[in-house]
Amino acid sequence: MTPAPLWRRYDRLTGSDPATDVKDELHFHLESKVDDLIAKGWRLEDARKEAERQFGNVAALQQAGERMGESMERRRKFREYCAEWLQDVRYTLRTLRNNPGFAAIAILVLALGVGLNTAVFSVVNTMLLRPLPFPQSQQLVWFTGGKSFDAKTRAAGGLSGETYTVDVYREFQRNNHSFQSVTAFQTFYNSLQYKLTGVGEPRELDAVEVAGNFFPTLGVTPILGRNFSEEEMLKGGRPAALLTYSLWKTQFGSDPNVIGKTIDINTSPAAVNGAVTIVGVLPASFDFGAVFAPGKKVDLFVPAVMDFWKTWGNTLGVVGRLKAGVTVAQAQEEADRLFPNLKLQHKDWFYDYASDLTALKEHVAGKLQRSLVVLWSAVGLILLIVCVNLSNLQLSRAATRSKEFAVRRALGASRGRIIRQLLTESLILSFSGSVVGLIIAWAVVYYLSHQSSISLPLLNSIHLDTVALCWTFITAISVGILFGLAPALRISGTNIQIVIKDSAAGMATGRSHERFRSILVVSEIALACLLLVGAGLLLRSFLRVLDVDLGFNPSQAATMQTDLPPATNKDQLIQRANFLKSEIDRVGALPGVESVGISDMLPLDRNREWGLESVGRYHAKGADEGALVYLVTPGYLQAMGMHLIAGRDFSWQDTPDNQPVLIINQAAARREWPGEDPIGKLAYATGKVPVHVIGVVADVRESALEQNSSPEIYVPMTQVADVEGATLVVRSHMNPDNLAKSVVVTLRSLNPSQPANPFRPLQSLVDRSVSPRRFFALLVSIFATLGALLAALGIYGVISYSVTQKAQEIGVRMALGASSGRVQRDVLGRTLRLAITGMALGTMAASGAARLIASLLFATSPWDPIAYAAMATSLIAIALMSGYLPARRASRIQPMAALRSN
Amino acid sequence: MDTAKLEFLRGTLDVLILKAMVWGPLHGYAITNLIRRQSDDALLVEEGTLYPALWRLESKGLLEAEWGLSENNRKAKFYRLTAKGRRQLREEVKIWEAYAAAVAKVLGATQPPLPEEIS
Repeated sequence: MTPAPLWRRYDRLTGSDPATDVKDELHFHLESKVDDLIAKGWRLEDARKEAERQFGNVAALQQAGERMGESMERRRKFREYCAEWLQDVRYTLRTLRNNPGFAAIAILVLALGVGLNTAVFSVVNTMLLRPLPFPQSQQLVWFTGGKSFDAKTRAAGGLSGETYTVDVYREFQRNNHSFQSVTAFQTFYNSLQYKLTGVGEPRELDAVEVAGNFFPTLGVTPILGRNFSEEEMLKGGRPAALLTYSLWKTQFGSDPNVIGKTIDINTSPAAVNGAVTIVGVLPASFDFGAVFAPGKKVDLFVPAVMDFWKTWGNTLGVVGRLKAGVTVAQAQEEADRLFPNLKLQHKDWFYDYASDLTALKEHVAGKLQRSLVVLWSAVGLILLIVCVNLSNLQLSRAATRSKEFAVRRALGASRGRIIRQLLTESLILSFSGSVVGLIIAWAVVYYLSHQSSISLPLLNSIHLDTVALCWTFITAISVGILFGLAPALRISGTNIQIVIKDSAAGMATGRSHERFRSILVVSEIALACLLLVGAGLLLRSFLRVLDVDLGFNPSQAATMQTDLPPATNKDQLIQRANFLKSEIDRVGALPGVESVGISDMLPLDRNREWGLESVGRYHAKGADEGALVYLVTPGYLQAMGMHLIAGRDFSWQDTPDNQPVLIINQAAARREWPGEDPIGKLAYATGKVPVHVIGVVADVRESALEQNSSPEIYVPMTQVADVEGATLVVRSHMNPDNLAKSVVVTLRSLNPSQPANPFRPLQSLVDRSVSPRRFFALLVSIFATLGALLAALGIYGVISYSVTQKAQEIGVRMALGASSGRVQRDVLGRTLRLAITGMALGTMAASGAARLIASLLFATSPWDPIAYAAMATSLIAIALMSGYLPARRASRIQPMAALRSN
Repeated sequence: MDTAKLEFLRGTLDVLILKAMVWGPLHGYAITNLIRRQSDDALLVEEGTLYPALWRLESKGLLEAEWGLSENNRKAKFYRLTAKGRRQLREEVKIWEAYAAAVAKVLGATQPPLPEEIS
């Protein structure tokens, strides 16, 4: 073979062309054959014909060749691309190694941005996006009663207004056509106390009574044993219990032979007493509290014996599973018809039980949607700031690297190639940042999922899953492109000649870069401003909520669940009263204890509703007569730090034989005796016999700090037996932990089986109630702080760079007589201009966004001047601080040195 | 025996092409000539099978191609064995020889094999 002459080598200069190649190759073959045939003595014409005949189907061969050639070409290009990419990666790693400071800051900043993003995404994903942890969970529907009441009455009704009687539940179950099954659980789960005895110290267990079809309806199958049987659901049936996974693990050491064993469970008042057979263990994935009662830990489930509960009022929470193909709207429509119809047949029902049907998921997370979206946006803003910041850093590096790129371009690298190289660099950074970010996200998620004091649904079940990993991956790519593209376009677009020539002419590009970077910083400040305003408003709301007059004093008081002897008749009631009195007397006699009382329920915890109707006044038909009821002992009001406005507290003389008495709150007084003194008036509240109002207490925030008080009644535990558990409230300036032991000892001296229940500060009720608000306010504040810090970094970068660039100019000015103070002021002035421009833009955006979060605010206007002022002050302070260092450097420039240096 | 009817056994063409190039780069036409003359006109490689085979070997990386000038001064595509191709050729030759020897033994047998000893 003779090498091709030089010109031949360039005939593929415009790129490869497989089609022509194949054609040329086959053509050569034909020609050679013709030559050979002629040499053998053939005539040209005949030789050509013969050659073509021998060759066969040239066109088909040509086509096959083109196809193969093209695919080879593609593969070759791909290989080249990969090789170039590897080259870029190696190059990037080398550059970053030479610049570890930049790499570390970039990766750290990215890690924070991406990590927080992934963590928040996990929270949002669990609470909003992912279906509930039940099979076909979209079929599950939650029933909320009281649809025919107005919002205020509904809020005042508390839990009792939303739940159902056994009869209503059964009738609906029997008559509906939309649901595969309808099930229920007992929402007043504290009215029965469960105590585990015989295994170590007596221990209080949290149990929930559920209908027999509760677990099958949800689609939860026990991992061991079985669900409740028909017989166990009946009155007088064999007592049975299903253990939760955690109780099985902690109390029974994951014993696989636990099924069929009996545990001693004492319950009060009545239903079960003695041996309870364990029939099954529930899977670890089932968390009742996460779905139905945020923050509640449940140890075991027992059958809700409907025949026992059927004489009671509204106590059942109802969940249904829709038939396949039936929508929530269709079910709602049926319920709207069915409930009023049923009411017509049942004159004894309290009301028509018109209900709101909502997807269970929405019931669980619907209220949080807005908060979560705000949180998500906040963390998205952080990510944007991170991107802007890194763009900025990249640009400032570009200044020192511009010559390198100019040389590469001069040596033949295309603009696309340089952009690709810079994008590779930013992608590598963003992926390394994301890996570190995943560690941060994992830590945050781990921390959050182990917070039992935050009452948010499903919080305990958040974890990093594949979806979150995909999200991180997508975030990493988009962040890499987002922060890499702008600098890449700008850097690659600079005029080679100007850069290479260097000297003062280079300032032109410097200036244009600087303008671009100023724009970046301004937008960074605007974003930070948006975050700060949001955080400020949420924080203000949070503080406002904490400032609310609760109507009781949560500090220096602690509570503990206690045992109560059963009382079904008058004698037992008197015995119980004596027992309570001695308990209270003895605990009250402990050193450091100021006052003691017992109530069946506490404010900001669960509640129930009875009626209150003043005697001798006209009551419009259908008028609201509900009142939240608390059964309390003498001394309770004092122990809680509630304010008795008029009349007297209960006394131990308020026995069943004496006149029945009642204390009401101001809201109840306003409703039942407007403009009158209610003391001494009669009302129907606890039964057929009217009771005397003996006192009025100041309103107590009973359901949420944000909600005004509903009418409440306080009933003496000494006169009415129908308690919902019993909680001892002890007011003392001593540390609850020190007090706990002596209180338990004292209680045990009266009742040896008193479990060592935790002694909780009363404040924890308040903390729990505000925990979601605190959670969101805290997170958004952390994000805002982070955003402000990143903005500070951005400001510092830009100002510092411009000082370096203008060193010469500053030197000249100082040589011409400008004082160092003047120079410093100029630099700071420029910083402030950037900050103020950013703040102006940010404030505009914030006032738009604030309206969106208005529904999350409490007693705070979306235009709250304090929040805006705080934002402005902190941003200006931050700007000045980050401008100060470069300003000082500028003022110390030696004119002569600066002038000589170039 | 009609030489043109001598069909190539599967895979044989590839090894012949590779072998043809051990003495240096060749273009397609030269390969057919070489195989024909080497086999004393017994093996005729048709164009319709030669070129696809060449391209296939090229895309597998056993051959590499370059444009050059032929002996009659025409632009031609020359193929050359790569290191990988050389290795492949050695393998194939070994396999082919073993196969041919085995076939020859069977076909050249003059008596049935002795009964196998049962141990």
